Amino acid sequence: MKTRRRPRFLIVALFVAVAAGGGCSAVQPWERAALASYSMRADRDPLAMAMTEHMNFSREASTGGRGVGGSGCGCN
Amino acid sequence: MLSKPKSVLLPLLLAFAVFGATAASRAAVKVGEPFPALSEFGLVGDVPVSLEGKVTLIDFWASWCAPCKASFPALDAIQRERGPQGLRVIGVSVDEKPSQYRSFLKKLAPSFLTLHDAEQRLVKAVVVPSMPTTYLLDRRGIVRYIHNGFHGANTVKALNEQLTSLLTEKL
Repeated sequence: MKTRRRPRFLIVALFVAVAAGGGCSAVQPWERAALASYSMRADRDPLAMAMTEHMNFSREASTGGRGVGGSGCGCN
Repeated sequence: MLSKPKSVLLPLLLAFAVFGATAASRAAVKVGEPFPALSEFGLVGDVPVSLEGKVTLIDFWASWCAPCKASFPALDAIQRERGPQGLRVIGVSVDEKPSQYRSFLKKLAPSFLTLHDAEQRLVKAVVVPSMPTTYLLDRRGIVRYIHNGFHGANTVKALNEQLTSLLTEKL
């Protein structure tokens, strides 16, 4: 019984792997216009940022740790 | 025989290895290789017929790339200073939207030649490693130096050192 089911299971696993792998793609340096957009910045809204900082400080006893330079264009 | 978790892992690894190899298989233009002829990529602008005869600096840039913006005054100065010695600077934009390309040029008004790789065919053929990237070509159109990014005075110094050597070379 077991030997019959194994190849079918392998085929299904391979199919799923290929389907999942098909979604993998490296974003090239020249394709990062959307990532470099201002709206992708974590600090784009100063008010929301200040509120989050306040929440973290008062509830989690932590602050800072947001030192991310620029957006996602990966320039330089 | 493989257990079930292992039998899932094997095809997964195989598939990712195949996709990874496919992604990495594109060959980048390297030092010592001829730069592709610009006329073959449907670039918008005053495309030079040949890359031979002059030392050429080709800079890949985009309007959304902050270091590219910072590099323009430096490239402009290099063109003005070294142009009479036989250098031509060409800026190739990889912007997808022509409006962004035009508005960037309107603001910065560079004195050097700019071309628009609207379909991103040239940048894909060259496989530019970062934005911006600068290629220095000798008078035979061979890539002699590749500079990744723009790092202010350090980049200008590195480019000038290479250009001094290239401009004094004879065919």
